[in-house]
Amino acid sequence: MFEYDFMINAFSAAGIVAVVSGLVGYFLVMRGQTFAGHALSHIGFAGATGAGLIGLSPLWGLVGFTLVAGLGMGLLGERLSGRDVAIGIVLSLALGFGLLFLHYYTSFATQATAVLFGNVLAVDHPTIVILASLSAIILVALSILMRPLVFASLQPELAEAKGVSLRYISMAFLAVVGLTVSACAQIVGVLMVFTLMVGPPAAAQRVVTGLWTGLGLAATLALTYVWLGLTVAFYTDWPVSFCIALLSGCGYLLSLAAPRQHLRVEGMMQEAHEL
Amino acid sequence: MNVVELDKVTIRVGGRSVLSNVSFSVGDAEFIGVLGPNGAGKTTLMRTLLGLIRPTGGTVRVLGKSPMRGNPEIGYLPQMRTVTPELGMRGIDFIASSVNGERWGLAITTRADRRVIEQTLMAVGATALADRPLSDMSGGERQRLLLAQALLGSPRLLLLDEPLISLDPRHQEAVIDLVRQFCRDRGITVLFSAHELNQLLGALDRVLYLGRGQAVLGSIDEVVTAPVLSRLYGADINVVRTEGHIFVMSRGRNIERHDHLHHEHAHEYHQHSSHAGSMPGGASYRST
Repeated sequence: MFEYDFMINAFSAAGIVAVVSGLVGYFLVMRGQTFAGHALSHIGFAGATGAGLIGLSPLWGLVGFTLVAGLGMGLLGERLSGRDVAIGIVLSLALGFGLLFLHYYTSFATQATAVLFGNVLAVDHPTIVILASLSAIILVALSILMRPLVFASLQPELAEAKGVSLRYISMAFLAVVGLTVSACAQIVGVLMVFTLMVGPPAAAQRVVTGLWTGLGLAATLALTYVWLGLTVAFYTDWPVSFCIALLSGCGYLLSLAAPRQHLRVEGMMQEAHEL
Repeated sequence: MNVVELDKVTIRVGGRSVLSNVSFSVGDAEFIGVLGPNGAGKTTLMRTLLGLIRPTGGTVRVLGKSPMRGNPEIGYLPQMRTVTPELGMRGIDFIASSVNGERWGLAITTRADRRVIEQTLMAVGATALADRPLSDMSGGERQRLLLAQALLGSPRLLLLDEPLISLDPRHQEAVIDLVRQFCRDRGITVLFSAHELNQLLGALDRVLYLGRGQAVLGSIDEVVTAPVLSRLYGADINVVRTEGHIFVMSRGRNIERHDHLHHEHAHEYHQHSSHAGSMPGGASYRST
């Protein structure tokens, strides 16, 4: 299948984005902000169609809208976190606006499906360069943020007492999530960013207990899903995003069945023994 | 030198006066029980010492300096512990997040950091928790892990905000004994807030009672009396002493017990002998 340029492009683009999505998603899951990530992707849809309306590339509309929305959500911080209702309303409002923009720019409608469900097979060389640069920015930002981010996510009260600004960390992180959502949407679409940003890290966190092993496994799983998904799609002619979603779902189900690690089994055996 | 010193301190939070014109000082290596009704300002006091809340009047000194955020000489165990119950991260990585957690960069745990963490875990008898995921720990085990974390970096002042909440009595005693022993050995000053006085009776040097904007610091005999507590609670309080216990009663009801009740529901107790890392004494429980 590598005799086709579009497959090579798809493998490179999806590979880069999958690794970044797995890494960023690990923190998203750890912070319990997956719903916020989902909302960001919907806001991105409005950005993409809005950009189409004024003649810009949908990708830049996505990036702009998710970046600003991420910063805004981080700024609202405490008041917004865990407010599923507020996030849900913003999410559907954003989708509504996306639809409105689409209504006034009907020639964009063919591209709308690509924005919603992804079209990795249509990724061209310039897009790969953009995705790679975007990913580099995300990784640099994440590596600068990582230490206070982990601290603030796991123990916010203590982190605050030690001088970490929870609000700035939250803003910076959600901006990073916004960029990641934009990149991820190029592969699997705004509606399915969960398949790469939540599925792999959620499975990883169920299977391993270390911070770095968890990050490594999340990235590896995401990479496996996209490459395997592309391969399956190539031979079956099923949509790529479906194959990735299927693998991501199966991976998570398998992780539910697997014991956390040997220590848990030992503990249970010990308990059983004592009874 | 006084470790904590408040001079005519007034603190307002959200327009409400929490402490007004309060003065007291706490010395080296003292174990202070911080008590008082809900909303009396126990948490606010600790947050002030941490530099998170600025008093509206008076001066606060912590180890001779104005309170500042990120003071490495203070160990802190917050009350609102938002540990995700599902968090599958192992204990040592969880604790390591607090070591230099305020600095930028990758969260890499150096060999030296790891050694310090392991030593502290050993000192509180929690070595076995290092490799276990938090989601598998009982309430008592988590508390022990967080206690070890508060003790990292050799603090001179330890602020423990309701460390006994959601623990069963046996684990509560284990936590008190542990703090008492560890801090006495190392000369650490402790402010230990709690709902109930009786458990702390054997451990504390002095008691700090907060209520209605006021604070009274002194020995049990000086502070836990009907006139003082009636003033702090703003109600007719009787103090009944019997067989080494002290009951603070209002119109025949034990008000501390009443305060405490809502923390004690929905827990499922089950016995199993203390496997490595859990509190000594045998009983262990998990919150449901």
